[in-house]
Amino acid sequence: MIEWFTSLDPNTQTAFWIILIGAMTNTACALLGCYLVLRRMSMLGDALSHAVLPGLVVAFVITGSLGIYTMFAGALAAGILTAVLVHWLHRGGGVPEDASMGVVFTALFALGVVLIKRYASAVDLDVDCVFSGVLDMVDLNTVRIGGFDVPRALVSIGPVLVLNLLVILLFWKELLFSSFDPGLATSMGFSAGFFHYLLMVMVAMTTVASFEQVGSILVVAMLIAPGATAHLLTDKLGRMMGIAAGLAVSSAVLGHFAAVHFDVNTAGMMAVVAGLFYVAAVLLAPRYGVLSALVRNLQMSARVVREDILGMLYRLEELGVERRLGRGEAIEAVGGGPLARLALRGLLRRGDVRREGHLLGLTDRGREQAGGLVRAHRLWEAYLVEHLGLPPDHVHEPAMRTEHYLGAGLQERVAAEVADAETDPHGREIPQ
Amino acid sequence: MPPPPVEIHDMTVAYHRKPVLWDIDLTVPEGKLVGIIGPNGAGKSTLIKAALGLVPLVSGKVEYYGKPYARQRHLVGYVPQRESVDWDFPVSALDVVLMGTYGRLGWVRRPGRRERDEAARCLAQVGMEEFRNRQIRQLSGGQQQRVFLARALAQDALIYFMDEPFVGVDAATEQAIVRLLQSLRERDKTVLVVHHDLQTVSEYFDHVILLNMRLVAAGPTDSTFTNENLQKSYGGRLTILDEAAEAVRLGERSR
Amino acid sequence: MTYPTLIVLVGTTLLGSTAGVLGSFAVLRRRALVGDLLSHAALPGLCLAFLVLGRSFSGMVAGALLTGLVAIGLMTLVCRFTRTKEDAALGIVLSTFFAAGVVLLSVIQKQTGGGSRAGLESYIFGQAAGMNLRDVWMIAGLSLASLVMVLLLYKELKLLSFDPGFARAQGWPTFLLDMAIMGTLCVVTVVGLPAVGILMVAVLIVPAATARFWTERLSLMLVLAAAAGGLAGAVGTLLSAGLLQEWVGFDPLAFGDRTKNLPTGPLIVLCATAVFLASLLFAPRRGIVARAAAELRLRAKTAREHLLRTLFELSEPHLPERPVVTVEQLLAQRAWSRAWARWLVWWGQRRGSVERAGGGVRLTEVGLGRAAKLVRAHRLWELYLIRGANIAPDHVDRDADAIEHLLTPELVAELEAQLEPAAVAELPGGVPESPHVISPHDEERPA
Repeated sequence: MIEWFTSLDPNTQTAFWIILIGAMTNTACALLGCYLVLRRMSMLGDALSHAVLPGLVVAFVITGSLGIYTMFAGALAAGILTAVLVHWLHRGGGVPEDASMGVVFTALFALGVVLIKRYASAVDLDVDCVFSGVLDMVDLNTVRIGGFDVPRALVSIGPVLVLNLLVILLFWKELLFSSFDPGLATSMGFSAGFFHYLLMVMVAMTTVASFEQVGSILVVAMLIAPGATAHLLTDKLGRMMGIAAGLAVSSAVLGHFAAVHFDVNTAGMMAVVAGLFYVAAVLLAPRYGVLSALVRNLQMSARVVREDILGMLYRLEELGVERRLGRGEAIEAVGGGPLARLALRGLLRRGDVRREGHLLGLTDRGREQAGGLVRAHRLWEAYLVEHLGLPPDHVHEPAMRTEHYLGAGLQERVAAEVADAETDPHGREIPQ
Repeated sequence: MPPPPVEIHDMTVAYHRKPVLWDIDLTVPEGKLVGIIGPNGAGKSTLIKAALGLVPLVSGKVEYYGKPYARQRHLVGYVPQRESVDWDFPVSALDVVLMGTYGRLGWVRRPGRRERDEAARCLAQVGMEEFRNRQIRQLSGGQQQRVFLARALAQDALIYFMDEPFVGVDAATEQAIVRLLQSLRERDKTVLVVHHDLQTVSEYFDHVILLNMRLVAAGPTDSTFTNENLQKSYGGRLTILDEAAEAVRLGERSR
Repeated sequence: MTYPTLIVLVGTTLLGSTAGVLGSFAVLRRRALVGDLLSHAALPGLCLAFLVLGRSFSGMVAGALLTGLVAIGLMTLVCRFTRTKEDAALGIVLSTFFAAGVVLLSVIQKQTGGGSRAGLESYIFGQAAGMNLRDVWMIAGLSLASLVMVLLLYKELKLLSFDPGFARAQGWPTFLLDMAIMGTLCVVTVVGLPAVGILMVAVLIVPAATARFWTERLSLMLVLAAAAGGLAGAVGTLLSAGLLQEWVGFDPLAFGDRTKNLPTGPLIVLCATAVFLASLLFAPRRGIVARAAAELRLRAKTAREHLLRTLFELSEPHLPERPVVTVEQLLAQRAWSRAWARWLVWWGQRRGSVERAGGGVRLTEVGLGRAAKLVRAHRLWELYLIRGANIAPDHVDRDADAIEHLLTPELVAELEAQLEPAAVAELPGGVPESPHVISPHDEERPA
């Protein structure tokens, strides 16, 4: 198997590593990020990703090594420090929460930069590395494991991803609980504070492990975007995490290919793709998407207009007048416009309304439907007069609005509540 | 006959498409103290906010002396709920009361001596003149409420809306508020107060509006604040209205 | 100081002041992190402008402004129309826009062949040294415009920040005013980016948060924020140029001549933070030290009064004689350590309330009077709790213990007026009898 791999085109090998490391990084971030999004702590993730910088520098200064475990230790310390400082400033100092975050992370980041320039300027601070990552070159830096050359990044992000998964699985219900109701969780013995700091520490470590590949800002994208996108698509945490992980991997794959195609920075492209997934969800998510809501609204408006036409035709029939409506008149009567035209066409197509010459008439099916609607209308009028005390001349408008939402069951219950379920307040008969 | 101070015609208000107030139709008589009563979630605050144009109406309209709110703003004073504001804001009690005069001043003009004196007078009316330069965070709940009242007084209005002014205040403040309301009535102002304490309704208000998602009853306290009407207001929500509201929210025909 | 350095100094000071003032409104409206969004969202705008218009300064400013405003717009829309909350919306827009910027930057890097690496560094860290006279004029213009806006619209902005609901009811266009603030914030951020870099958000937030510690008046807070911001800008620049070190005669950061390379942005932020920390600790009243001191003073006062009361209670059976009380007796009544008891006695002696005598201590004449007043207040409050608040007699001692130290003379007089005269019995010293048995400290809270 290994021989097959090493016999592949070097470009393909590189692509494989890039996609793999990218996917692992993104997934490690996305899983934790679900909690951040749900706990409204997304900006704390942003703050942490900036604030780990001094931790790294101090760790380097103290130990003189740039090894991955030193970096982790530094990140851990910085992560806890940030969370603690923000908490103190807010509770003890009375500074509003968002300002506390702003003060702490900018101060720590500035400190980190100054420390780097002072103590580590010999170590070339590659700005690219910090901010945009060098994912493209991920397989240049390799270590030998079990006789194979794998990118060093694998050794840093791999264990972190596994650790994240373990922690999440192990503390599944505690994390869930303390995310939704910290007070109750603490009173039941799961210290919400402990899990808060645990989450912070994991985020800090994941940030550091992802630094080299995707840079610090893009970590933020990977923390938040997949989780927020998944949040728009489902209401269950397990599914949300699954979707977020899927999005994370997809962002890695698509991001890579797009970056190759346009010849641009890979990590940036991955984050952009993640953002585009979010935009897609905002627009198209079945329940919570904007376009879906619009479509639902349109459908509802169309239904309302259709029913208005039916009701109008029914009432004309009831009056027994010879007066009947033609197409144009019917459309004008319900307000005109494309929606009305569409509605009438729909009615004709469904066989609720038929043409009699150039005038319109109800079919039996249509009459039955219209009857139900008028029944709902008049029952509601009776209900409004009796239970809401409205004068009879005020109830027609409200009933016109509400009739479309009263199904058969509700109609029966309304009928049970009114004194006379056969006559409306204007003396007209209520269809049965 | 002159138009009444407040007239609400067939008003329906919805939050996120779900109707919370159904077809409210009522007239408020001039120069009376009106209590708006109902259980939690009945829509009392919503009624006030809708009347002030702070939440949109699904249908209906509200008229002040026959004209829409936008043209009569200067006649209406407002005391919002105390918790609607960040009390750690760096302003003094006098500053807050001065805000009541901003509407009169219009753009750019700063409050001058006249407005400051007016604000001081309003603070005195609620018994807070010695606290004029105190930062609002240092005031007790009752004192904060009085500052809010003074601000409404500074609006120098004919009609006042007050949202739960008696919540969380001490007995002395409650008495002060009641005295203030009575002095407003003596000056022929119309005051509508969202009130939560049924024990004191008969004592404080001449007129009541009983709400529970719809208008249960409105009229003089003696004839309207009856057991029967209270039963209707507090005896549980009208399930039918609830179901219909949910159906409207979902946009579908109910089961 | 050279002329170019002077220019930079003027520029950063003006920038810091303006950011301080505008940032105050952002902080008060809980929109502090919008500055972070703006400084990150500017990157794609800068890159686009560069790609389209080339190295045009005004073009780049326009580009940054455009993407900044679009970012704010998108965030607002997302919050309004979806279930995504404000913090997540901020984070997504911030990081995605920045990522787009990074992508565009790599395009530029290929075009210009690495020259833009320095560009990215100065975008992120700021390089005020590159500021020229034209930049300063622009900053000055912006400062003036912001100042005019704040002066003209002061009361409107104040009302909007404090109570937007009331503002809307009064008829003010709150949405437009909000946009005005956001728009000015955007402009300040974009203008400040070249000098301070991506940490511009700090210059917006930190001086405002600092000023809040020193005053309870908005007008003064704005002035102080301007001062703090200007100071941070000036000192940061001087440090960055290595001048402060020269003048002061020593190098606080021990940088040697590597200071010449220190980017301005982080230094300005660190200066601002230093002033913030000093305020957090030492501001009178809101500062931590002041609050701790007030707390300590209260505790000490409480403890001293407890001493007098305990002595009185122990002496009560023997009045008007003032018997000697041993330290053991004192310690039996209160959960004090011996050292603490000694300190309290020493303090009492200093004030002339107690005196040492025959192996113990006793009240002086003056001390007796003081103690009597304290005990009277305590017992009146206990009576009130029992009669007025229906609390059982054996529960009142501890409650009264806490409150009595805060009873003002007016309240005491009111208590006396309200309670029945019979209960306020006239004993020697005018002190009512204790309504409960005075017992040694079983559940006594330590002083």
